[in-house]
Amino acid sequence: MARMKFVCDAERCIECNGCVTACKNEHEVPWGVNRRRVVTLNDGVPGEKSISVACMHCSDAPCMAVCPVNCFYRTDEGVVLHDKDICIGCGYCSYACPFGAPQFPAAGTFGVRGKMDKCTFCAGGPEANGSQAEFEKYGRNRLAEGKLPACAEMCSTKALLAGDGDVVADIFRNRVVQRGKGAEVWGWGTAYGSKQAGQPPEGAKS
Amino acid sequence: MMRTTLKMSLVLTIAALAACGEKPQTLGAGKTDAPPYQGAENAFAVSGWKAGDKTSWEQALKARTLNTQNEYSKTK
Repeated sequence: MARMKFVCDAERCIECNGCVTACKNEHEVPWGVNRRRVVTLNDGVPGEKSISVACMHCSDAPCMAVCPVNCFYRTDEGVVLHDKDICIGCGYCSYACPFGAPQFPAAGTFGVRGKMDKCTFCAGGPEANGSQAEFEKYGRNRLAEGKLPACAEMCSTKALLAGDGDVVADIFRNRVVQRGKGAEVWGWGTAYGSKQAGQPPEGAKS
Repeated sequence: MMRTTLKMSLVLTIAALAACGEKPQTLGAGKTDAPPYQGAENAFAVSGWKAGDKTSWEQALKARTLNTQNEYSKTK
């Protein structure tokens, strides 16, 4: 198995925020914490594009590099998780993360910054899989239940894909081939190989 | 005088080496997380794979990815 990855298809995302709602509901995420958000570029302008953003479970995660207490770890599936018993809530990871994934719940009477919370790819944390303790700290562990992340499974247009990186890449490549455009974007050759069948036909609109 | 010096040096040596017996204080060490293919301690697991069998878990997840996220496979 390759690494678990998210891909959001900007051609399909309709900014419904279903993924955000699914995540909040599945993990009972506290008020003020958004593990996933929908970002819209050129909002209100014809041709606007939206993408759903959360922790991208980076292969070389900056949050792991800067954490002073080394609370992060990466699973064999490539999911970046953290141990809330070790986290001190310093916020370094939020400064390092290019996606704004780390979230800090306001805890206590004076709303002080609590321990970091972020997308777990629905893989829980270091507590026992599927236990109540794991759910209360990290949310549901859907991977251990044989399921995929709730955000992707609930996406109505299937813009948000999640799963084994190779399988997800195959699905996305097939879409681009079927729709006849998209292979001209920057990075396509790096991701899929410039000689592959994802190249758009001559004269295809972009 | 010589004996006192020897005693003092012995005490200092013992005091200096005492730190060598301290327990390691590495942060973040010892984290253990059971892999997801081991299954969950609840009744929400889907059928089609066996807990503890990594290959069956991977196959089930791959099939779920293709069946639920690739609508082109349904149109063919």
